[in-house]
Amino acid sequence: MIQTTVNKVLDHPLNAWYVAAWDHEVTRTILARTIAGRPLAIYRTEDGRPVALADACWHRLAPLSLGKLVGKEDIQCPYHGIRYNSAGRCVSMPAQETINPSATVASFPVVERYRYLWVWLGDATLADPSTIPDMHQMTDPDWTGDGLTIYAPCNYQLVLDNLMDLTHEEFVHTSSIGQDELSESDFVTSHTDTTVTVERWMLDIEPPPFWRKNMRDKFPGFEGRVDRWQIIHFEAPSTICIDVGVAKAGTGAPDGDRSQGVNGYVMNTISPETAKTCHYFWSFQRNYRLDSQLITTQLRSGVYNVFGEDEAMLTAQQAAIDANPDYEFYSLNIDAGGMWVRRIIERMLEAEGRLPAVPVAAG
Amino acid sequence: MASNSAEVWQDARVIQTIPLTPRIRRIVLEPALPIPVAPGSHVDVRVRIEQSTDRRSYSVVDASRDGTRLAISVFESAASRGGARFMHDLEPGAHLEITQPLLSFPLRIGAPRYLLLAGGIGVTALAGMATTLSAIGADYRLVYAGRSREGMAYLDELSAQHGDRLELRISEEGSPLAVTELVGGVDDSTELYMCGPIRLMDAVRRAWIERELPLPNLRFETFGNSGWFDAQEFVVRLPAQGIEVAVKADQTMLEALENAGADMMFDCRKGECGLCEVRVIELEGDIDHRDVFYSERQKDARSKLCCCVSRVVAGSGRALIEIQSS
Repeated sequence: MIQTTVNKVLDHPLNAWYVAAWDHEVTRTILARTIAGRPLAIYRTEDGRPVALADACWHRLAPLSLGKLVGKEDIQCPYHGIRYNSAGRCVSMPAQETINPSATVASFPVVERYRYLWVWLGDATLADPSTIPDMHQMTDPDWTGDGLTIYAPCNYQLVLDNLMDLTHEEFVHTSSIGQDELSESDFVTSHTDTTVTVERWMLDIEPPPFWRKNMRDKFPGFEGRVDRWQIIHFEAPSTICIDVGVAKAGTGAPDGDRSQGVNGYVMNTISPETAKTCHYFWSFQRNYRLDSQLITTQLRSGVYNVFGEDEAMLTAQQAAIDANPDYEFYSLNIDAGGMWVRRIIERMLEAEGRLPAVPVAAG
Repeated sequence: MASNSAEVWQDARVIQTIPLTPRIRRIVLEPALPIPVAPGSHVDVRVRIEQSTDRRSYSVVDASRDGTRLAISVFESAASRGGARFMHDLEPGAHLEITQPLLSFPLRIGAPRYLLLAGGIGVTALAGMATTLSAIGADYRLVYAGRSREGMAYLDELSAQHGDRLELRISEEGSPLAVTELVGGVDDSTELYMCGPIRLMDAVRRAWIERELPLPNLRFETFGNSGWFDAQEFVVRLPAQGIEVAVKADQTMLEALENAGADMMFDCRKGECGLCEVRVIELEGDIDHRDVFYSERQKDARSKLCCCVSRVVAGSGRALIEIQSS
């Protein structure tokens, strides 16, 4: 039965694609990273193919990530030298003349897309690359930008909640993107089986410092009021791409003419690590002044500072959840988007037979 | 795989048992703690043979999505050690002790091409894989070899499910399996999964090595219960522990030694890990190596054997082995 509103935090679906790493992190040096509770040894073969193996040798579970890459595609256990190929099949047991046919480690399906390496940890027969969330602004030639990873000491659900309701900007991000109109303006929420959208328009307002700067990058010397939008696109289980921007007030942005404005896409995809930690991959993409590395760097460091404020809040929130295991969550009207996200994730967990019968304790 | 190796014994109710061939019965079970069944899984079952209990491994042939019902199929051969008789005598409503589905023969999703090779009752290990490969639209072929049509289980079901992808090789009908030809048609990226008599699997392995195909692409499962010779009684001596015991045709050397009070080391009990290795001090007759742990060279040396599966057969005189254990 769906338990919406009573679970403070949720388990994560396993039949889903999660980002395991940025493309540039996957190299001929083994990367050890835990995604959705599964420790992985991530590397590239000599011909550039990405590989994600379970990071525990079949024999005595020594972490393969402490081993080394050998030959074109193999990895060698650091302990007794047992070697596996990229499919996770043992190819050499140094102390004997044959190979035990049972000796394998899991090799998880991976896809490199949108500058990320995506991994599927659930039922491999369901691993359909067409279900990777749409993050095309990461690689589309009409867009540019860059981002970083936050290692967040909180349940991934708390990050999703944070991104699905941006009224927190008014209080958490006072000096950059926050403004009173955020919580004063109306918003519209809609959803499908796998997506949730929250759209908010703030018309004829003073731009906050972050947006005034961006307008001046495109329209030097810009002064005046703007129409501001935030259109939050969630795609299950944990990708949120936010269409953000401002345009000169009254120039038709709400009706689709954004030519007198600046448009960004905040790309967020969150991969659970444990029940209380997650890898939060983000990037800020824009579709103007594509030539300027200066703007790319400025935006990346600006967003880095803004997200640092979120990280501090999420860390404190997880600590408070842990310290108050007997207290529940309650909801506000502004939580509609986040609550649809929870409903979708609960249905995914239910389909996997993994929805707990009793509320999940966050502690 | 490691993540699935801790056994959870549980009750299972027999809900259906039907003969498929004169010697194979299909038994449908309802486990108390159902979990979804991955292709290539088996369950271990506690069987009663006379006054004692023993365990047997049976592949899951098919299962409901949530694993609340799973079917196994049991072949009673001339050399059956009593477990098959017990299983064949089960009636609907009976209760068994079984493990959860254990995955020791995992199907890897993502290979460009698959060849599934079933010999006789070995089809039970491959039927689930074929179903999965069919469901995901993989490029696969299922080759099913047997002596006679009457002795081959699931022919109609497999034919309906896999159509042209199913290839039957029936010796009595003049179309026996030609291993060299079969392996000759395999390329570097094909994964071959097989389960069947040791002679068949050995022939495939030799042809595979001959063609220099990648060894990790040859996947097989052996429960160590078929050999080069019919099982016969022989005597084992373990002087260091003061034991001499007859190994009956329906028991393994390890079982006979354990029953005689020997303190033996072992793990997999199916001839894979090599932990049950014993050294030969004296041998009358020949060794029927039934393991996959030793290389040909090591088997030919006749100096060591895996006592969990391998046996001794008589030459001109009696069959006897004197061993040293670890």
